Amino acid sequence: MPANPFNGFTDYGIGIGLRVPHYEHILSQKPTVDWFEIISENFMGDGGRPLKVLDQILEQYRVVQHGVSMYFGSSEKLNRDHLKKIKRLVKRTKTPWLSDHLCWGSVDGRYTHDLLPMPYTFAAAKVTAQRIREARDFLEVPIGVENVSSYAEFHVSEMTEWEFLNEVVERADCGILLDVNNIYVSSKNHNFNPLDYVNGVPADRVAQIHIAGHSKFQKYILDTHDHPVIDPVWKLYERAIQRTGRTATLLEWDDRIPSFDEVHGEALKANQFLKRVESAKTKA
Amino acid sequence: MARAVMRPLGRGDVMQRKWIDGRPTKQIAESFIKPNDRLTSFERLEIYNRQYWFRIRDCFYEDYRGLRAILGDQKFERLADEYLSKYPSRSYTLRNLGSRLVKFLQAEPRWTKPKTKLALDLARLEWAHIEAFDNAAKPALKLEDLAGVEAAKIRLKLQPHLTLLTLENVVDDFLITLKKNSGLRSEASNAMEQTQRRKKTKLAHGLKRQKNFLAVHRYEDGIYYKQLERGQFVLLSAMQSGATLEKAVAKLVGLKISGDLGATVGKWFANWAALGWFCGLEK
Repeated sequence: MPANPFNGFTDYGIGIGLRVPHYEHILSQKPTVDWFEIISENFMGDGGRPLKVLDQILEQYRVVQHGVSMYFGSSEKLNRDHLKKIKRLVKRTKTPWLSDHLCWGSVDGRYTHDLLPMPYTFAAAKVTAQRIREARDFLEVPIGVENVSSYAEFHVSEMTEWEFLNEVVERADCGILLDVNNIYVSSKNHNFNPLDYVNGVPADRVAQIHIAGHSKFQKYILDTHDHPVIDPVWKLYERAIQRTGRTATLLEWDDRIPSFDEVHGEALKANQFLKRVESAKTKA
Repeated sequence: MARAVMRPLGRGDVMQRKWIDGRPTKQIAESFIKPNDRLTSFERLEIYNRQYWFRIRDCFYEDYRGLRAILGDQKFERLADEYLSKYPSRSYTLRNLGSRLVKFLQAEPRWTKPKTKLALDLARLEWAHIEAFDNAAKPALKLEDLAGVEAAKIRLKLQPHLTLLTLENVVDDFLITLKKNSGLRSEASNAMEQTQRRKKTKLAHGLKRQKNFLAVHRYEDGIYYKQLERGQFVLLSAMQSGATLEKAVAKLVGLKISGDLGATVGKWFANWAALGWFCGLEK
């Protein structure tokens, strides 16, 4: 299932997040990279260097947009001006799909700039799915929603996180950006088996997979994106691709960012698992 | 939950123990958040409360390094918390976090006393820097755009990335040095921060007090601070406010301008046009 309606029927391979410390290397060395993921909000200004760099990147590479501020789980109306800016960027990048998070983060027009966890209720799923549909209809591009890492659970929740994710994506008829690192982080913070999560999502809706590193503290794990991917997360990745097949995969590294080669090398480790899964399938 | 997340932290950057109505915050947290075998409801909520403040403080501190350097770390951090509590972000982007800072500092000079004027200068300049970074650059005006338009009635539009400032202190060189010596501004991401990136700032002294005029603009993707003569500032400000060329030039009467007025103003316009500052005609 490399290509599906939720990733615009593409087969994008292994990419990395486009980050400022790597601009010079990428533009001067032009390394071979399957694709870059950009954080949409970093390119939604009206001009200046960010857009100039983006245009140079677009001349050489495929780019997919990933957002952090649509807040599908917020209860207020979608902000039309914000959507217009995203759409303007969609036209520029020609992203075959775009993603944002299954979370909330704004209330009464005030923004927390955080990915806050949702209460897993049927009512919340309904409202969230409606907002995803509205956004997709306006943006005219497939949308994938990403599971977030979380540090709190609510008394009012009526189902598990993956059941909630399924409820939302079925209602919205949208894709999933499956973040296996987030699943691992949340599984440790909330004491569930991460394999239950990976096995519980509809494989045919997975448009993209995220991998990343995190930081372990005495009482919880924080999703810091500042380390290599740990083995248990690679195992979840392997299980995910066993179910989904070769799927666009992206390594996120956002803090204490090492050299481009180190980040790209870490991402390319995904190939080992893809080969292993594919050869097992061939033998079978 | 939003109210708890955005509520200012208590001393030592921990969540406040008492809720707004005097009840224990622990009780509020327990009412909607489940505890687990390692963390109480309060502790789980506190992760988000701390994260919110760490993120917006880091961003604000990066954007206002100059202001921080003249106020000192402690005073600046108190000001930041007060401003961010009073004016939480109302934009999808953290880029706009400081959009109401000048208004706040004007209304509440106690946070910057006795350096209020200097603080206002820095706040204005640092906001202009943000505007210059990614505001639009429209196609520059061409000579043919002026064909058939009566010269006196022309209303020239200035680039959206250009800000004109009147300052009471000479702060441009200071800020240029400061920005050169520090890292890049934080970008948006979906990663959590382990701790706040607290860097000690060296207190700045001895900035020259002298009224001056500055244009903050972008040229070939670099941000520049250009000192202006009073006459240049008056003329550009009038045009930015929508005055016709005739009325804008009339504002120069009575000002001390060296050399032949026509020739001098001609040179100014040639220079501004070369920088691409004119981007069309107001209808």
